[in-house]
Amino acid sequence: MTASTLQPAINVLPSKKTPIILSAIAVIVFFCFGLLGNSDSAHFQLNSAGDAFKLPELVFPGKASNIVIGLLLIGLAVYSWLQRKKSKLVATWMIAIAAVLFVLSFLIWVVSGADITTISLASLLAGAVVLAVPLVFGSLSGVLCERAGVVNIAIEGQLLGGAFTAALVSSLTKNAFAGLIAAGIAGALVSLILALFSIKYVVNQIIVGVVLNVLVSGITGFLFTTVMQEDPELYNKPVHLPVIDIPGLSAIPVIGPILFKQSVIGYLMYLAVFIVWFGLFKTKWGLRVRAVGEHPKAADTLGIKVNRTRFWNVTLGGIVAGIGGSFFTLVAIDSFTKEISGGRGFIALAAVIFGRWNPIGAFLAALLFGFADNLQVILTIIGTPVPSQFMAMMPYLVTIFAVAGLVGRSRGPAAAGEPYVKE
Amino acid sequence: MSETKAPVVPDSEKPGNDLLKQITQGPGLVSVLGVIVALVIGGLLIAITDEKVAQTAGYFFARPTDFLSELWRAATESYVALFNGAIYNSAQGFKPFLETLTVSTPLICAGLGVAVAFRAGLFNIGAQGQIIIGSVLAAYVGFAWHLPLGLHLLLVIVFGLIGGAIWGGLVGLLKAKTGAHEVILTIMFNYVAVYFIDFLMNTQAFRRPGGTNPISPILDSTAVFPSIPGSRLHLGFVMAVLLVIFVSWMFKRSTVGFEFRAVGHNPEAAKTAGINVARSTIIAMAMAGALAGAAGVAQVAGTEKVLTSGIAGSLGFDAITVALLGRSTPWGTFFAGLLFGAFQAGAVNMQITTGTPIDIVSVVQSLIVLFIAAPPLVKAIFGMNRKKKRNAKLETTQAGAK
Repeated sequence: MTASTLQPAINVLPSKKTPIILSAIAVIVFFCFGLLGNSDSAHFQLNSAGDAFKLPELVFPGKASNIVIGLLLIGLAVYSWLQRKKSKLVATWMIAIAAVLFVLSFLIWVVSGADITTISLASLLAGAVVLAVPLVFGSLSGVLCERAGVVNIAIEGQLLGGAFTAALVSSLTKNAFAGLIAAGIAGALVSLILALFSIKYVVNQIIVGVVLNVLVSGITGFLFTTVMQEDPELYNKPVHLPVIDIPGLSAIPVIGPILFKQSVIGYLMYLAVFIVWFGLFKTKWGLRVRAVGEHPKAADTLGIKVNRTRFWNVTLGGIVAGIGGSFFTLVAIDSFTKEISGGRGFIALAAVIFGRWNPIGAFLAALLFGFADNLQVILTIIGTPVPSQFMAMMPYLVTIFAVAGLVGRSRGPAAAGEPYVKE
Repeated sequence: MSETKAPVVPDSEKPGNDLLKQITQGPGLVSVLGVIVALVIGGLLIAITDEKVAQTAGYFFARPTDFLSELWRAATESYVALFNGAIYNSAQGFKPFLETLTVSTPLICAGLGVAVAFRAGLFNIGAQGQIIIGSVLAAYVGFAWHLPLGLHLLLVIVFGLIGGAIWGGLVGLLKAKTGAHEVILTIMFNYVAVYFIDFLMNTQAFRRPGGTNPISPILDSTAVFPSIPGSRLHLGFVMAVLLVIFVSWMFKRSTVGFEFRAVGHNPEAAKTAGINVARSTIIAMAMAGALAGAAGVAQVAGTEKVLTSGIAGSLGFDAITVALLGRSTPWGTFFAGLLFGAFQAGAVNMQITTGTPIDIVSVVQSLIVLFIAAPPLVKAIFGMNRKKKRNAKLETTQAGAK
């Protein structure tokens, strides 16, 4: 589904929103980051330890480069107004370029004004991908459920359940892969409750989701105190998944560590995004799922078992999110602690919406949110004047803008949230 | 052909009749049974993680009575401790009950906020953020301004309500103007509020002079609710009761309340009847926010007397369960708030005396809500479906006659 299919008929002038947003961005960059910016230079290192060859350090003089970027953005904004006059839409790639330029100029502005004016771009990006892994799995779970017409607010609970079970099973069996599988099962169990209550007993899906988050948080917190803390050596010392380093390829600067030096879950992430995208948009199964999510009655008339499809999709979503949750305890952190998922399930939900219910869109949105998350950490270290809390707010603010239709139009599957009962 | 296979759903659970009926209706017996089932499951969870129970399970086949009596002991011991901490114990008499009332005050206020939104057909997950913003404004007025007795507390309350109303009303405005879903908006607003208070607590304006901890100065004595000596119970509880009465009056007697209910039942019909749905949405969310803001006031001007970034705790999500258990009626919310308040007050004592973690309360609370939302499940557990089957036959024949 491309953005153009969502736009109104052609003889109407396209919405002013895109040109207005582009103009606003251009003005902010030109004046705030450019003219009022710091004249120090921002240094970006591209190399990390173990790279095959050296890349030069990127140096941007703060004020000058932001004035240039500002002028470029002003050019884009003017172009978008002209396009609108011709009743044409601004191409998506141009909006993407504007977004990248904006992020770059923000980085230059913030780093050139900091106490330490050098950051490692390589580790910023690599860290962003690491932080995005659970978000990506969570958002894929959301996409799978919502495309079939079930709203999944319980992503947080699925991540948390996966993290807990992975830690427990991996500690007991001394086998990380057993933990990984158990995490998938735990996520599926949370999903089964969601499916049972929302499909069989037609309880409102949002109620079930909200309550499930509380339930999983309570159960894992309870068992953490009563079981894990009694004997942490036995119950809460998970064996970690190995990081698989593909020789040669992983030494490529910047992209090497991102693509070729990941844990098993990291590689699974790329695979899962592709499989879910391919499955939903290129197979008969996907067509049926989307039909169920958009118009269950029509799908039923054509002989698709609506509730069975929903049931399996919700279960599958649970498995995916559960595996994502295992990332916390099998890769990122040494042991399980209460509320280890820390609200990331809700950021994943935001990624689903910002990515317009498309697996690849959700993947990119999750990467963006991971980037914001990691940037916040790095900015605290280099000591910028921007409070880190405002960086942390970014995913949520962006989502508010997205659902309010200020950045493009987000429209979910038509029947999401509606239970289906045959008449 | 499909008719014979179709699950027959009683009227109250038909999806077309939607959220509202699901929440507001349902027989009382099923609610009580739902609470019992949830307590039993919670008790089992306590029992299976108990050490002595595990030991006796080892020789279960040799002496099953040992196991069963330990099982019973482990589960009941915790609940007795919970009761002792929440209602009555021989050492303190009914003093723990005052603590229950204290803990339930913000639960009732925020629960009312969620309930009002429910009745207007809106899902307010945002009580958390509304409580935070409400308590920020209330606390700031309380410690930064120095005003005479009476006026000061009044302003603290008013600003707390305004803070919540702004945070809730913004969601209503965005929903009314752009059609964005309030569930997503409120969740996102919660996190914005969480980071916002975190930011504020790191600024000089909100810290104690010379202090480095993220904790505000204590509110002026003129700005806090008078409390009963020897307990934490404060006049905020009376405010909560007054709010319950107000909301109850609003739904029964006022035009606004009527419009809320009309929009909640059927927005299309309400629109046709000349009700301004957008306006009603904005007012309902603002009012929901104001009520949640009152919970924030109860926290900063009553129970805690200072502002910290954790001021809202898990109140926002507990408020949702309170409203659901109370079936979104004002007095239902009141008693649900008392029940969950008792759980939370008693859980502290339970954790101290029996070592059962406080988290069990979340488990029982969420199970209660799940069971009450699905009466057929509870009926199935207690074998109450026989009568329904006869009705089911009746209904299918009627459906066939249509």
